[in-house]
Amino acid sequence: MEDMKYTAADYKSDQYVRWCPGCGDHAVLNVLHKAMAELGIAPHMTAVISGIGCSSRLPYYMNTYGFHTIHGRGGAVATGFKVANPEMTVWQVCGDGDGLAIGGNHFIHEVRRNVDLNLLMLNNKIYGLTKGQYSPTSDRGFVSKSSPYGTTEDPFIPAELAFGARGTFFARSIDVELKISQEVMVAAAKHKGCSVVEILQNCMIFNNGIHNYITDRATRADRTIHLVHGEKMLFGANMDKGLVQDGFGLKAVTLGEDGYTIDDVLVHDAHCQSNFLHQQLAMMDGHDLPLAVGVIRDVEALTYDQEVKNQVEEVRAKKGLKSLRDLVLSGETWEVK
Amino acid sequence: MLEKTNVKVLDRVVVRFSGDSGDGMQLAGNIFSNVSAGVGNQISTFPDYPAEVRAPQGTLSGVSGFQVHIGKGVYTPGDKADVLVSMNPAALKQNVKFLKEGGVAIVDIDSFKKADLDKALYTTDEPYKEIGLKGEVVEVPMTSMVKAALADSGLDLKSVMKCKNMFALGLVCWLFDRPLESALHYLHNKFAKKPAIYEANAKVMQAGYDYGHNIHASVSTYRIESDAIRPGTYTDVNGNTATAWGLILASEKSGLPLFLGSYPITPATDILHELAKRKDLGVKACQMEDEIAGVCSAIGASFAGNLAVTSTSGPGLALKSEGIGLAVMAELPLVIIDVQRGGPSTGLPTKTEQTDLRQALYGRNGESPLAVVAAASPTDCFNMAFEAARIAVEHLTPVVPLTDGFLAHGSSAWRIPDEDEYPAIKPNFVKPEMLESGWKPYMRNEETEVRYWAIPGTPGFQHRLGGLEKDYNTSAISTDPANHEKMVQARQKKIDLIARNIPEVEVQGNPDADTLLIGWGGTYGHLYTAVEELNRAGKPVAFAHFRYICPLPANTADVISRYKRVIVAELNNGQFADYLQAKNPMTDIKRINKVQGQPFLVQEIIDGVTKIMEA
Repeated sequence: MEDMKYTAADYKSDQYVRWCPGCGDHAVLNVLHKAMAELGIAPHMTAVISGIGCSSRLPYYMNTYGFHTIHGRGGAVATGFKVANPEMTVWQVCGDGDGLAIGGNHFIHEVRRNVDLNLLMLNNKIYGLTKGQYSPTSDRGFVSKSSPYGTTEDPFIPAELAFGARGTFFARSIDVELKISQEVMVAAAKHKGCSVVEILQNCMIFNNGIHNYITDRATRADRTIHLVHGEKMLFGANMDKGLVQDGFGLKAVTLGEDGYTIDDVLVHDAHCQSNFLHQQLAMMDGHDLPLAVGVIRDVEALTYDQEVKNQVEEVRAKKGLKSLRDLVLSGETWEVK
Repeated sequence: MLEKTNVKVLDRVVVRFSGDSGDGMQLAGNIFSNVSAGVGNQISTFPDYPAEVRAPQGTLSGVSGFQVHIGKGVYTPGDKADVLVSMNPAALKQNVKFLKEGGVAIVDIDSFKKADLDKALYTTDEPYKEIGLKGEVVEVPMTSMVKAALADSGLDLKSVMKCKNMFALGLVCWLFDRPLESALHYLHNKFAKKPAIYEANAKVMQAGYDYGHNIHASVSTYRIESDAIRPGTYTDVNGNTATAWGLILASEKSGLPLFLGSYPITPATDILHELAKRKDLGVKACQMEDEIAGVCSAIGASFAGNLAVTSTSGPGLALKSEGIGLAVMAELPLVIIDVQRGGPSTGLPTKTEQTDLRQALYGRNGESPLAVVAAASPTDCFNMAFEAARIAVEHLTPVVPLTDGFLAHGSSAWRIPDEDEYPAIKPNFVKPEMLESGWKPYMRNEETEVRYWAIPGTPGFQHRLGGLEKDYNTSAISTDPANHEKMVQARQKKIDLIARNIPEVEVQGNPDADTLLIGWGGTYGHLYTAVEELNRAGKPVAFAHFRYICPLPANTADVISRYKRVIVAELNNGQFADYLQAKNPMTDIKRINKVQGQPFLVQEIIDGVTKIMEA
């Protein structure tokens, strides 16, 4: 094991963790501590900012700078924070309600601006803290306390929204996939720009088993695909299934059947500027095509916080003003003696 | 030439320029006020914009005005105009109510044809009579003279017509004996990059000036007195620009980088414009996706250690309420500028009121006290923006500086202060040695109740803030009932104690009078002028004007208790009067109120005070 400057314990606060026993958030928290240790960025150079909801309690459990803000506004607070102090590594934590309902506007704009921060969206398709209402990611017809006869609306798919907002980084994991979660968190932190990480997370109390179709151990290997840049898109318990191009779409095939060989299987390119295939990969839901986990898109683009800083430096250098007084005296003035 | 003319000597004079919103009335008015300031006059100006961006030419809804008050003892843009310049019948109709009885109206008679009158909805062919114009009318064939002056210029008709405002300005400069060279200098700066346009405008301005000279037999000219004003270097500044500059000085004086998170809203947008330009002074100005993101990005920047500001008007302040509550709870410094306009809801966006006082004081859930200050004049916006920032970072609290549409767009001459005229701002930072003694994020200074500010990036001071109630001792989340009450009282006391760090309220006018007139914020000029006139007329009145609203200056109750009659005059239904009444139950506070989207007229104050004094 390589020598690390920090251990996971260095990122843990002394606060008692109050999530329900068995909640998927525990796993995310533990992985985040480990990912931070792997990244080696000092706790005092790290900030974790959240909105409101179960997942938004996370900053209290971090020995970093942290801010538990108000419902939906974590993205706006994080944007201001990062612009004000670009030296800090910023993590934002939100849920599906916080990030996509009340905070939907801030979400699309922080993605569009490409603010250099890492956004963990814990998606359990339910409002947990208010005890069980449907969320903007709940499927049509979902029955909850606020939709006793089923919802009459279609959900957002977080990736689709992120791509619609011209996202430069999108990754996905599942709360129970600790290794992949850590891998995508580290990749998110290394990416310069707004890194959106969706983590499918289970709410034991109000939506237990919502991701079972995907997470069930017996079928998980067939219903998910772990995408790794530069590697063939293979999945299945025996890694004998692959994704191939099929017209304008994708198709899952079994190697050796219908004439398909390993050569037909697509190689993942997370760095491709076009998001056309990334979006198709991200939209796979585990039914006809396996749900994609891992880093789906990771491209470079100018970041908002750095560009603000650069512009300020450029204009300052060009104008050469030292103070407000310089500025005012350079305008229209007159003397009274 | 003046000696040949009938010269009137006046202390002060009001000139109102009016025309289509594309006629350049603002520019003519601005140059006129700058030129007047240059000859030593005090100046105060106020634009009157239409709500529409570009209404049809020549129609009533497209009229734009610009009022300039010059002379000595000038504290307001003036109630009514001595001279009204109207470029068309619509402008004359809309502005005749602002002309003093016996004043002079100067009109472009070329634009008073039947079609022009129809467009402005005149129903007779006697326009002056129809609108009840009582003063002298000077009919000037401006359009034809401008066309003649520029016949050889090679400019197209549209460009030629755009020079008409400079003809009017030239004429007014002659009327008030303003040096044309100075006006040409400002014009040159304006069109420095367009020499052909400058030449045309300069020629037309000269033609207007000469025209005045040639017709001098038919009209008086004026000589305007000047005050002995404090020596120094002056510039002309409006309230919004002054606000932006005050924040920049606070940034310099505190050593904190300045961050603005904002969203466009009338009449506050110019603050965003100015601070966006001031990237050349290191300002990070961000136009966010909405009002909420404006305040929340500022809160994030404040947490990160910047001097954080958001700027807005009433509807935006409503949207920011929850965010401001977070800053109250997290005890972070934050400046929330509210340029008040007519409300409620969208209300009268381009007009002025003082109706957001209660919203600023109380518009949040829970017990959520913060500091409120209010600027008294366009140039005082500089001081109060600075003060808001100083209070915010020295007391770790949100502060709302209230200005208004009248101050925001009004301008006056401002003596550029020396840097040492303003104090250093000392943020209440943590000290490294606090780590050993068990520092907690909500640990307070015992004298001020202010917590200590630890800037992210500082080793060892990692901490978590949030909107949940915290334990007074450990700073961990707490729902303990007694602790909550203790924290509520601590936050309140922190605000109350700011009173030790602000100046006392001054009593002006005649302090020995029985009657005390009280005002706050942007009405200062009108109230001050009214008080001077009342005292001159043998009606003794003392005057206290409040710029620190919450907390109130420490001597407030003492001042109020000294007077038999206390009157609060304000542009709302009595919000400050109620606030003072609750704190001073032994005094029966009288009120003068106006809620028309317009500033007070000095005469309204004089009448209102007189009526109460004689009751």
